Amino acid sequence: MDVTDKMTERPKWDNKVQYLLTCIGFAVGLGNVWRFPYLCQVYGGGAFLIPYVIALVFEGLPLLHMELAIGQRLRMGSVGVWNSISPYMGGLGVASMAVSFLVGLFYNMILAWILWYFFHSFQSPLPWRDCPLNLNHTGYVSECEKSSAVNYFWYRETLNVTPNIETSGSLQWWLVLCLATAWCLVYICFIRGIETIGKAIYITATFPYLVLTIFLVRALTLSGATDGLIYLFTPNWETLKNPEVWLDAATQIFFSLSLAFGGLIAFSSYNAQKNNCERDALIVGCVNSFTSIYASIPIFAILGFKANENYNACRNWNILRLTNAFNIADENITLENYGDWLNYLNTTDPSEVDNLNLKTCDLQTFLDQSASGTGLAFIVFTEAVINMPGSQVWAVLFFVMLFSLGLSSMFGNLEGVLTPLLDLHMVPSWMPKEIFTGLICLSSFTVALIFTLGSGNYWLEIFNSYVGSMPLLIIAFFEIISVVYIYGINRFNDDIEWMSGRRPNFYWQATWRFISPFMLLVVFVAYVVVEAEKQPTYNAWNPDYVDFPLADVQPYPKWVYAICVLLSVLPVVSIPIVAMYKFTGFLKKYIENRHSQNPYANDL
Amino acid sequence: MLEKILILLCLSSALAEQPCKPDASDGYKVRLSIKTALGDEAYVWNENEMFLFRATLAFAMRSHLNGQEFDVSNIIVCDETPRVTFWFVVTSPLNTSGLVDKGVVEEAIRMSRNRINSAFLLTDKTLEFIGITPTLTAPVNPDTPPWLIVFGVVMGAVGAGIIVVLVSPLVLKKRKKNEETDEDEEETGVKAVENGSTREGVYNMSFSDDERLTQM
Repeated sequence: MDVTDKMTERPKWDNKVQYLLTCIGFAVGLGNVWRFPYLCQVYGGGAFLIPYVIALVFEGLPLLHMELAIGQRLRMGSVGVWNSISPYMGGLGVASMAVSFLVGLFYNMILAWILWYFFHSFQSPLPWRDCPLNLNHTGYVSECEKSSAVNYFWYRETLNVTPNIETSGSLQWWLVLCLATAWCLVYICFIRGIETIGKAIYITATFPYLVLTIFLVRALTLSGATDGLIYLFTPNWETLKNPEVWLDAATQIFFSLSLAFGGLIAFSSYNAQKNNCERDALIVGCVNSFTSIYASIPIFAILGFKANENYNACRNWNILRLTNAFNIADENITLENYGDWLNYLNTTDPSEVDNLNLKTCDLQTFLDQSASGTGLAFIVFTEAVINMPGSQVWAVLFFVMLFSLGLSSMFGNLEGVLTPLLDLHMVPSWMPKEIFTGLICLSSFTVALIFTLGSGNYWLEIFNSYVGSMPLLIIAFFEIISVVYIYGINRFNDDIEWMSGRRPNFYWQATWRFISPFMLLVVFVAYVVVEAEKQPTYNAWNPDYVDFPLADVQPYPKWVYAICVLLSVLPVVSIPIVAMYKFTGFLKKYIENRHSQNPYANDL
Repeated sequence: MLEKILILLCLSSALAEQPCKPDASDGYKVRLSIKTALGDEAYVWNENEMFLFRATLAFAMRSHLNGQEFDVSNIIVCDETPRVTFWFVVTSPLNTSGLVDKGVVEEAIRMSRNRINSAFLLTDKTLEFIGITPTLTAPVNPDTPPWLIVFGVVMGAVGAGIIVVLVSPLVLKKRKKNEETDEDEEETGVKAVENGSTREGVYNMSFSDDERLTQM
């Protein structure tokens, strides 16, 4: 009876589409929208696609296929899977679970920020358009005047950020509210594991594509859009000689596909065993990359529009200065004849023109003001949205899109925690699944309250750089080595042939055995070298800084740096610990057996 | 005789010109940007518009200093440019050669700024009095910030959703239980009636063996 119970208990996807959408939703996240376009722009536009596609083909797809295959074959979450492959590698599962939990903490804080902006998008005018007045209504708040209204709204009214990481500040009640809302929204979708996730994913995975298309159509009609697109896609082949480009392409593909979190293994473990996982891997990988490229088009069209607006504002400011100084009738100098007028005035009265301190307006400088991450979403994009007619609609659409992108990735993070715990039977049998998922959400919410402090943004950056990077590379490397060399590549090939009906072809063999492990090792070593060279510093927002509004670059204090190292090491330390533990257990048994050599014992 | 009249005329005209000049200590510079504000519907700045300006300013002075009867002639304008900028000074009606203090003029303009702007279909930005900063509009502060309202709506919906999702399986279970107990009663009733059927009796479950796998 026990066996039949176990076999009927494991939930499964309603249909193949749910499974594919969930994997795609997990892979397609915020990084596709705010990291890839930035990399494309910084690394020579169209030329960046070459290292990106090479990394996808030789590193991304093989790892993806492998994770989906082992999950589907062994039908367990990450801890169970690695325990099955080899008891010594059980630590891999624990490491994946730890990373998933830690990433889930700070990822949902970003969703809380997105919710905050979403709540504020229902006002006219948008609150980040104007600086607030100071106490006696004589002018604007000085911090806002020196930087800009969007910067002030982000750093002061949203984060209320402290000048450095040592000053913790207090819990910002509005952020706590937003974080609670974010966790409630996650909970309601995650409440029964894949049963509810599968329903929610129909909306959260498809809605971003709808919004991106709407934005694409709108953005292409804005003036200056073509400047942005040309800037994005003009290939600069020189950048390919820079090894950092290849490193960034490899890490981008790796993090973009959400490998080594254990979430993909968890999702595929709910599949029927006879399922073509090779095709699934190809679909998920290619859709992820296509989404990155598709998202960068409207993003850059809008950034081009913003640069154009700033450029025109700069030139109009110059025109107004000239008009007022020389008392020329207003609107006589226009953007078109500005050059002629300037020449004429320079010849007639050069000293007066010099006194005016006209700004040099260069479109290229404005286009170069790029940003990635939260800077792109909350500063650059919000500024662009102010100038678009119907700003509230675009702001609402944009933040809902970001939220659904992040939400579908959160599902994967949490499944990477839930499925191993369920498989390890750590859940007491009296506790229904709903309560257990609620406990996970509640505990994550409580720990994540550190990100709602005044210094929360700095801590989030630390988590992002130290947890969401190096441990994943280590885990992925050991994953592929375990499957190929410990489990045995031939056994693995047989499994895949049994599941999908076809033996993996030469491409998969070559990449699994040699190319991907080698690439991962190179990427890991290069990453460590590059990170070690950089000073551990962070950009602080300090209104009392001499060069404010430029970022105040501060080094991390010793205790913070210790925490950073701890965050990188703690998830992966389980790999050697579990291996050691199992090995000492094995040694003990071996020594015992040698001592008590019983000729009648059957179990030698 | 004629010479005396000529000298008197020159003196008076000289006196009349002196109060208004650029950078006058008690005067203000005005700058209008009509085309920027109105675009195609811009009106041409001419003598009549200037008259309206002087009249509006006289109105502002009258409103501020309730007793004194300012007239168009008390507002003296000079140094007009094609930009449409000019300087003006205000003479007191009680003493035509004396100028009204700068501070008093500023207060009068601040009080009636809105009326002056609307007379010309302009705004604080397009009708500038150089030296008089427009009072910044205090932002509208509603009692409940709108974001809290949206937050309340979202949280309410999510909370209701969570309760529905948690409670609905329990409700379904209860309903199923009720249906099952109904069915059981029905079945026993039917069995009692079915006498001539091919079935020989009630199937006794106690000896059935569900184990398909023989245990070693």
